[in-house]
Amino acid sequence: MKSERIRRAYHSNAISRKADFLFNAIFTAYCLICVSPILLIFMVSISNELSLVERGYSFFPTSISLTSYRYLFADPEKILRAYGVSIAVCVSGTALSVLMTMLYAYPISRASFKYRNFFSFYIFFTMLFSGGLVPTYIMYSSYFHLINNPVMLVVPGLVSAFNVLVVRTFFRLNIPDSVLESARMDGASEFLIFFRIVAPLSTPAIATIGLFSVLMYWNDWYSCLLYINDAKYYNIQYAMYQALRTIEYLTSSSANMNMANFSGEMAKVPAESLRMAMAIIGIGPIVFAYPFFQRYFIKGLTLGAVKE
Amino acid sequence: MRALSSFLKELKSNKEMFLMLLPAFIFVLINNYIPMFGIILAFKDFNYLDRFGSPWVGFRNFEFMFMSEAAWRTTRNTIGYNLLFIMLNLLLGVAVAIILNELRHRLLAKLYQSVIFLPYFLSWVIIAYLAYSILSPNGLFNMSIAPFLGIEKIDWYTEPKYWPYILTAVQIWKTIGYGIVIYLAGISGIDQAYYEAAVLDGASKAQQVTQITIPLLVPMMIVTTFLALGNIFRSDFGLFYQVPMQQGLLQPTTDVLDTYIYNSLIFTGDIAMSSAAGFYQSVVGFFVVIAANWAAGKISQDNRVF
Repeated sequence: MKSERIRRAYHSNAISRKADFLFNAIFTAYCLICVSPILLIFMVSISNELSLVERGYSFFPTSISLTSYRYLFADPEKILRAYGVSIAVCVSGTALSVLMTMLYAYPISRASFKYRNFFSFYIFFTMLFSGGLVPTYIMYSSYFHLINNPVMLVVPGLVSAFNVLVVRTFFRLNIPDSVLESARMDGASEFLIFFRIVAPLSTPAIATIGLFSVLMYWNDWYSCLLYINDAKYYNIQYAMYQALRTIEYLTSSSANMNMANFSGEMAKVPAESLRMAMAIIGIGPIVFAYPFFQRYFIKGLTLGAVKE
Repeated sequence: MRALSSFLKELKSNKEMFLMLLPAFIFVLINNYIPMFGIILAFKDFNYLDRFGSPWVGFRNFEFMFMSEAAWRTTRNTIGYNLLFIMLNLLLGVAVAIILNELRHRLLAKLYQSVIFLPYFLSWVIIAYLAYSILSPNGLFNMSIAPFLGIEKIDWYTEPKYWPYILTAVQIWKTIGYGIVIYLAGISGIDQAYYEAAVLDGASKAQQVTQITIPLLVPMMIVTTFLALGNIFRSDFGLFYQVPMQQGLLQPTTDVLDTYIYNSLIFTGDIAMSSAAGFYQSVVGFFVVIAANWAAGKISQDNRVF
């Protein structure tokens, strides 16, 4: 790593120091633009209400107060519940999705499977043509009666054609039939081969689509918007959306009654900072998982970039 | 008949393979294929009693839709924004990837890349919060930046004319990291021997970029662009729904086909309008995908997406 750096720096083919400095300055400025909005809402969440009146949303509040967090955690049930829904959906959805995707991708990756082209096209066609929102919504709502059913948080994202094709490419390139032949000779069933040989050899593919799936489920608010009315099934993203739309979502609950017992500073709802505190609590997991996430995500993207 | 019997024979001898396909096959049949046939709702006078059995009305729904101003406005917005996003993502993605690759400090370059990729992982709800913290009447712009620059305050959420810029900036901010990763992977796949030969011949850095790097990235640029062009009738719903915070006043510049279909279906309950718009989006979009792939194939057989 170090020798590589030195080689580049002193190599006659490196860009000039002036240009390098200029580009570094531009990148530093842009990176600040990438992270500062998150810092801004964090500062608002710990700003005193009075400071928000005087200075508005600012990186430099006149005084700091943790009232919003205290208020939020005085009645943590809503947030904990939404977190619980998000985690449950993420775990069950990802497990199911990975299993179904792998099971579908395996047969269509085998040259020996006669109908591989038909079943590949069957899944691929969903990328070309889609019925769109209206028929899908009417099917789930008025035929299957799944409005307000939490399974609708998992169902719409279960199988993605893109993921199937990524795994199919991976199987084709990394699991040659010769590896499986001896097991077949020994009379092992395809399921046994799949779970004992193919799956253990495919951890990079599993990690990739698993990661795609976790991110998709964690950031999903759309299924909630469409299919869930009952607040007890709100996931964390949708709860945040509600809090941004109407601050009453956070204040109109048993929290108010609890608050009635408090006096002084707690009596008044710190609406603006409360809302941003909610956002910070929602962003937390992504920001903490990010260093891990992005490394594997990039690996996965290049895995999928290999054309069939 | 022959095909069927050979299929049944295969089914019998290869039972397990078919069993593996089954769960996803059934799921896709329900989740994707049934709604495809459901687009015929656009030719019906929908009511919740008869649902798909509602009476046929021919093209009446389409007549209403194309008479409305919304159809044209949303089509224009959808295509206009998509073209703008595709162009900017391509130009900026390639340019930034090339520059990142040339920075002297590899570690710094990695750090920049990671930070620029961060917004890609945030949900649209969070991004709506971030935009709100800057643009709201009490936000950073109106309370800190405007007074500092000595300019008038702006009520961003009631002025449609600013939103093409805001939405474009937000979209690029969120997705550019993805493009950079893709093009960096492409650049790292280029054989170093080309550059060594060019240096021996006395080629400058700029010449190396325009004569080697960019030409070798072109196939990748074509694939990405045509894939995106194929989806020109679809928008990222979150961007147009969450970031403008559903402000009606902003509709002239923030309403796209997807938000229009959603609003007609859920809010106004106008199934006729939303199913007609949905049909239009699906069918026209389908032909655009086919055309985009055909065009990519014309340019080079290797660049066909499917």
